[in-house]
Amino acid sequence: MLKLIASRLATAVPSLIGVVIVTFLLTRVLPGDTAAYFAGPAATPQAIAEIRAKLGLDKSMPEQFVDYVSALAKGDLGSSLSTGQPVITEIATRLPASAELTLAGLILALVIAIPFGIAAAVKQGSWVDHSCRIITTAGVSLPVFFTGLLLVYVFYFKLGWAPAPLGRLDAFATAPPDITGFYLIDSLLAGDLETFRASLAQLVIPALTLAIFALAPIARMTRASMLSVLSSEFVRTARAAGLTPYKVIIVYAFRNAMLPVITTLGMVFSFLLGANVLVEKVFAWPGIGSYAVEALITSDFAPVQGFVLAMAILYVLLNLLIDIAYGIIDPRARAEA
Amino acid sequence: MHGVIDPATADLQPKEEAHGKLLEVKDLTVEFVTRNGLVKAVKNVNLTVAKGETLGIVGESGSGKSVTSYTVMRILDRAGRIAEGSIAFSGLDIAHAPESQMRDLRGREMSMIFQNPRAALNPIRTVGRQIGDVLMHHLQADPRNVKEKVIDILNQVRIARPEERYHAYPFELSGGMCQRIVIALALACRPQLMIADEPTTGLDVTTQKAVMDLVTELTRERGMSTILITHDLGLAAAYCDTVMVMEKGVVVETAPAEQIFRNPQHPYTRKLMRATPRPGITLKDLLPESEASSSTSVPFPLPNPPPQAGEGAGDALSVGDPLPLAGEGREGAAASAADIPLLKVENLLKEYPRQGVTGSFMSGLLGKKGDPKDTIFRAVDGISFEVKKGESVGLVGESGCGKSTTSTIVMRLIDPTAGKITFAGEDIGAIPAKDFAHHPMRRRIQMVFQDPTESLNPRYTASRAIADPLLRMGGMSGGAKMRARVEELASMVGLPGDLLDRFPHQLSGGQKARVGIARAIALNPDLVILDEPTAALDVSVQAVVLNLLEELKHKIGMSYLFVSHDLHVVKLLCDRVIVMRQGRVVEEGTSEQVLEAPKDAYTRELLSAIPHPPV
Amino acid sequence: MTLATTDAPRRPGAFMATLKHARYVISDNPVTGLAFGMFLVLVICAVLGPFIVPHDPYASNTPMALKPPSATYWFGTDQLGRDIFSRVVVAARLDLGIAIFSVALVFAAGGIAGIASGFFGGWTDRIIGRISDTIMAFPLFVLAMGIVAALGNTVTNIVIATAIINFPLYVRVARAEAAIRRQAGFVQAARLTGNSEWRILLTQILPNIMPIMMVQMSLTMGYAILNAAGLSFIGLGVRPPTAEWGIMVAEGGTYIISGEWWIALFPGLALMFAVFCFNLLGDGLRDIVDPQRRT
Repeated sequence: MLKLIASRLATAVPSLIGVVIVTFLLTRVLPGDTAAYFAGPAATPQAIAEIRAKLGLDKSMPEQFVDYVSALAKGDLGSSLSTGQPVITEIATRLPASAELTLAGLILALVIAIPFGIAAAVKQGSWVDHSCRIITTAGVSLPVFFTGLLLVYVFYFKLGWAPAPLGRLDAFATAPPDITGFYLIDSLLAGDLETFRASLAQLVIPALTLAIFALAPIARMTRASMLSVLSSEFVRTARAAGLTPYKVIIVYAFRNAMLPVITTLGMVFSFLLGANVLVEKVFAWPGIGSYAVEALITSDFAPVQGFVLAMAILYVLLNLLIDIAYGIIDPRARAEA
Repeated sequence: MHGVIDPATADLQPKEEAHGKLLEVKDLTVEFVTRNGLVKAVKNVNLTVAKGETLGIVGESGSGKSVTSYTVMRILDRAGRIAEGSIAFSGLDIAHAPESQMRDLRGREMSMIFQNPRAALNPIRTVGRQIGDVLMHHLQADPRNVKEKVIDILNQVRIARPEERYHAYPFELSGGMCQRIVIALALACRPQLMIADEPTTGLDVTTQKAVMDLVTELTRERGMSTILITHDLGLAAAYCDTVMVMEKGVVVETAPAEQIFRNPQHPYTRKLMRATPRPGITLKDLLPESEASSSTSVPFPLPNPPPQAGEGAGDALSVGDPLPLAGEGREGAAASAADIPLLKVENLLKEYPRQGVTGSFMSGLLGKKGDPKDTIFRAVDGISFEVKKGESVGLVGESGCGKSTTSTIVMRLIDPTAGKITFAGEDIGAIPAKDFAHHPMRRRIQMVFQDPTESLNPRYTASRAIADPLLRMGGMSGGAKMRARVEELASMVGLPGDLLDRFPHQLSGGQKARVGIARAIALNPDLVILDEPTAALDVSVQAVVLNLLEELKHKIGMSYLFVSHDLHVVKLLCDRVIVMRQGRVVEEGTSEQVLEAPKDAYTRELLSAIPHPPV
Repeated sequence: MTLATTDAPRRPGAFMATLKHARYVISDNPVTGLAFGMFLVLVICAVLGPFIVPHDPYASNTPMALKPPSATYWFGTDQLGRDIFSRVVVAARLDLGIAIFSVALVFAAGGIAGIASGFFGGWTDRIIGRISDTIMAFPLFVLAMGIVAALGNTVTNIVIATAIINFPLYVRVARAEAAIRRQAGFVQAARLTGNSEWRILLTQILPNIMPIMMVQMSLTMGYAILNAAGLSFIGLGVRPPTAEWGIMVAEGGTYIISGEWWIALFPGLALMFAVFCFNLLGDGLRDIVDPQRRT
């Protein structure tokens, strides 16, 4: 098992190197003269030259890269122009909000999609199967921001069941003490059920929005891989040996069918982290996505680049987890390591 | 050893009859719902299996033999259903039994082993637990003693080190061992009936013999009945008491094994029987009587008289080959043809990096270096042989023996690690494979591939496929002349002209094989490598194709290097045979020598392992 | 062309067969027929949009602002009194344009890179694989944001960013398809008949991969549309007052909590319609090109 983790870690290293190189390149291809941009419109040529030297832009590319990497190593992602805050602290404080939303969306999606996909495959051609197909096709066709707005209209404006889509807590509630950064968990730890209820109410609709989006690929993959496993020869053998349908479906088919689903999770995460940005904008969610969007609008590049880098690193780590989980389930992957 | 009918069992028969039949299928018709409406896969089938009897169901692809057995187990897939007829198993009405009762029956009273043993096992569950699942389900074991019982069963199917193998995953075991596990699964609860569906297809002959002997022994020991489903008459002959022959969903003949081989009644049985290679026959004997008597299976409206073997086959090409046909090697060949080897392979060596060690980026980066013995695998280990002009040489061995690698190297599609390949006096081994496409020698070495379907571009018509070599290397650029040549080639291989405009998916297996052969001989090559050219074909088609190849050889005067796993098939076509094992040549000699008086123990093992109908 | 000579007399037959098969698939699966119909509607909107709409999509008419759908304004009006129906129809050209250009770009680049990677293997494969792995190491929409932010906030850069994030998908499909055919019997046979590697790539491999790549194109069209709309939703690429579905939904988003649902709904539905159409079309095309279903 340790060998597996080590080998997977080793494969993550080139990805991380690639990510750092790409984000470095993205900082160097900014339109126009970066130094002039940072100096502001009224700056003198002298001031621009000074800033260029200060930013290290007068050095050669390899030197700049070394500077960039050593700054990264110290956790220095630059500072936001509009707030003056270091990007790394802003990202660190806003990350739990994004993580809570994304995880809630993912868990919701998994809880709905997997049983749905299994049911569709086991009862192929039934109404469950047909509705599964309709929902998954619709799910991938719906722009996530549009789903969010529709849900807001229905559950907030029409039915009044959900609170206004304005962040993690309504204006009158106070945030729970910061332990994990996840409001749901922190409020429970603090024993503050009122805050728990309030933050849950705020979370449900945005999480549902993400879940609808992530549900489609998971359900689709579950159904497809269940179908292929159910028609496989070892399932036929298990049936010919008289095992109960429950044992055949859960122990023989489901565990094998989960392997491609776990692989798909990598792609789902990619979609989710992207969709998260849009959902945060719709629901004014104070995560790193809306931080990046605000920075984009004011052409404040350091936060955007910090955001891209943080997301990429997060994503590489998530893929690492997926790989390890895969190795735990599949003995063949363990043997390869 | 594995006698056709054991006198002991023959004696038992009447007594068993008295006990009644274990399985009785009456008038069974099975339908499948397809896009083209209802299709009857099995029509009015009747069969009985007595206690302790082994019934062989023999047929070619699409004969309905598997559907019949799936119906008995009631594990047809969703689209299939029993339209008519009854199935009685120990007096129970299978066709109408509730599913819960069937579940109880499956595994305990009747069980099944399947074709591809590796696919038949759950890849991510240890084999011990898979056998345990069946035992516990049928209450033959409880959680406390299940491991002990499983190990006992593993012992019975001759799995060495069963305690260790209990924890093995299927991918850690060989194909033959996986099939033993599948047998263990099927026999775990001592059922009364076992259905074996092509249990050894895809296994090597020696493994096949070991597996079949084990099945026979275990089922006899327990007085079980067996249904063996196979396309191989030889296998059925060797292991069954009664044989039932099916064709297109219909039973054409049922008789005791001995009788069906000695005196087949139905024309289809006779055809199948004749087409099955067996010792002591010639190629012509494979063809149905009617065709064998006339000299060819297909009419050959050849415009030119066929050239003599060894003379250089220039004439047949006169239809539009502007190039002088032969290189230096061909001139004056007639005189000394017999002495000069066309192909000479010396000390051929091919090494591969072992799987799993290939160029891992990180291990390269970290400078990990292993022992070369661990990292290098020798597929071909220093072999030498010759093929003379006009001669057919068979290269025989089981999977992984290096025969295909050897032929691919000789074909100059991959480069050898070391060794020399001389063809018509030129050292072609020195020419890198990637440059060989443009070498003048290219047209003189051609190949017929194993899988006729896969060897044809799905987007090329038959005529386009045959024309390809003519366009690339024959100096033709289309037009009536080329069309004429393509039609000529088609008639040479017996492909009706109206099929030339069809795409591969519109052709049958045999027709596709003919297209592949026409393409290979289009430029009158000196050497054609036949890579298991009939392995994907039914026996009756194989018989025709083998005869066609033999005929073409004499017409065009080619040499063959015939790569195959089946010594009997090789013998029919080849003058000399080379037996390979683990990358080396273990025996070489004329076909008669090797087949009738094998010197090497491995050759003898191979020969005795091939089942065949009584001669 | 030597290729054409043998095939020329038979082309019409093959074409007719394909047509017949397509008709069969459509009649067998009406959903695919529906998708073709939807596709036609989109194309008409994109080509003829500005000429057929009832109102000027850019003329503001403040007195008529925020009116719900009516006989005059089928989809209602927005905050500036512009006709939403006209804007939704006209926007088809820009949205489809972005998607088509980015897909064409990535089809050429990713398709060729993938086929070369799968067919030649070795270093070609390693380098191309490394490039697409690096792209795949980012959450794709986030990378697109970063690229547009760095290259500049223009429609061209949206096209480029959308193409870049789709690159690994195309490489993967083309690579896998080329790799399984690299040692296929018919490719080996082509080698034996003296075809050079490049010739094999062009005449044997490419035509067999094309259908699968077409399916891939159709499926990624939908994704490209979503991606471009998402970028403009957060203020990248297209700017107001340009009629574009993503930005129109963004504009309508502020009015949804006060109940003016139509401003966001119709452009959102248009987006859904387009993406749905390409997804269905992709599935349908897969059935048409799938040789398994062709008898």
